[in-house]
Amino acid sequence: MTEGIPLYYFLVVSTLMFFIGIFGFLTRKNLITMLMSIELILNSVNINFVVFNKYLYPQNLQGHFFSLIVIAVAAAEAAVGIAIIINIYRNFRSIEVDRVDQMKN
Amino acid sequence: MFFFLALMILVFSVLTVTSRKILRAAVYLLFVLISTAGIYFLLEYTFLAAVQLTVYAGGIVVLIIFSILLTSHISERTVVAGWKQGVLSALATGAGALFTLLTIYRFTFTPSSAPTATSTVTDVGTALVSTGHNGFALPFEVVSVLLLAAMIGAIIVARRENDNKTENKQN
Repeated sequence: MTEGIPLYYFLVVSTLMFFIGIFGFLTRKNLITMLMSIELILNSVNINFVVFNKYLYPQNLQGHFFSLIVIAVAAAEAAVGIAIIINIYRNFRSIEVDRVDQMKN
Repeated sequence: MFFFLALMILVFSVLTVTSRKILRAAVYLLFVLISTAGIYFLLEYTFLAAVQLTVYAGGIVVLIIFSILLTSHISERTVVAGWKQGVLSALATGAGALFTLLTIYRFTFTPSSAPTATSTVTDVGTALVSTGHNGFALPFEVVSVLLLAAMIGAIIVARRENDNKTENKQN
């Protein structure tokens, strides 16, 4: 289904997505939106792995399995991250990074 | 079809990081993840696309929306960085993107014409539990331990302090 679409097009999309995620990570102040930016970054890396697998080494499935494992790690990271965020909210009544400025209260 | 998916991904990615309403940002993220699953379908990795839909779109987005509802009011507008930080971040990320795109453009990839390996559920399942060539048993086991550790960690971190005290008394 990907005849006529060069590898470069996929790489351009994933590169732009990666840097949009970094932009969000730099400009957002809310911890949950920063977590969402991280999800964007991880997702763009997944696209890269899958596309390289499909175009350069179609006889293997290494990129496919790497993406599967990255998805699992992203799920674990989101679960622990959100647990920490909820704990921070319980202690500070806020999840803005500017107002969370001490490790103990 | 590819251009439609690429446009969806880029537009909704920008909306995710710029939307002032946090719940809308989460829904835009959902659209980005679903479009990515579409790209996997386009590349004929259907199992990966299904996993992307269930774990990302079904699991992580629901988790994020739940945490948004727990920690902020729906009508609340998120605080964004000042224009100075915004412009500087845009410049830095723009420069990074330009540099990466130039590097990609100057590198010549030679697409392989080898026969495509099938990735049906049977193939994926066999590869995940077999060792040796094209076997992924070790990463599979490591990820299962990681998921267990993450689950226990999430429970312990999110637990209330009071529960901890009462438990100590019982002991």
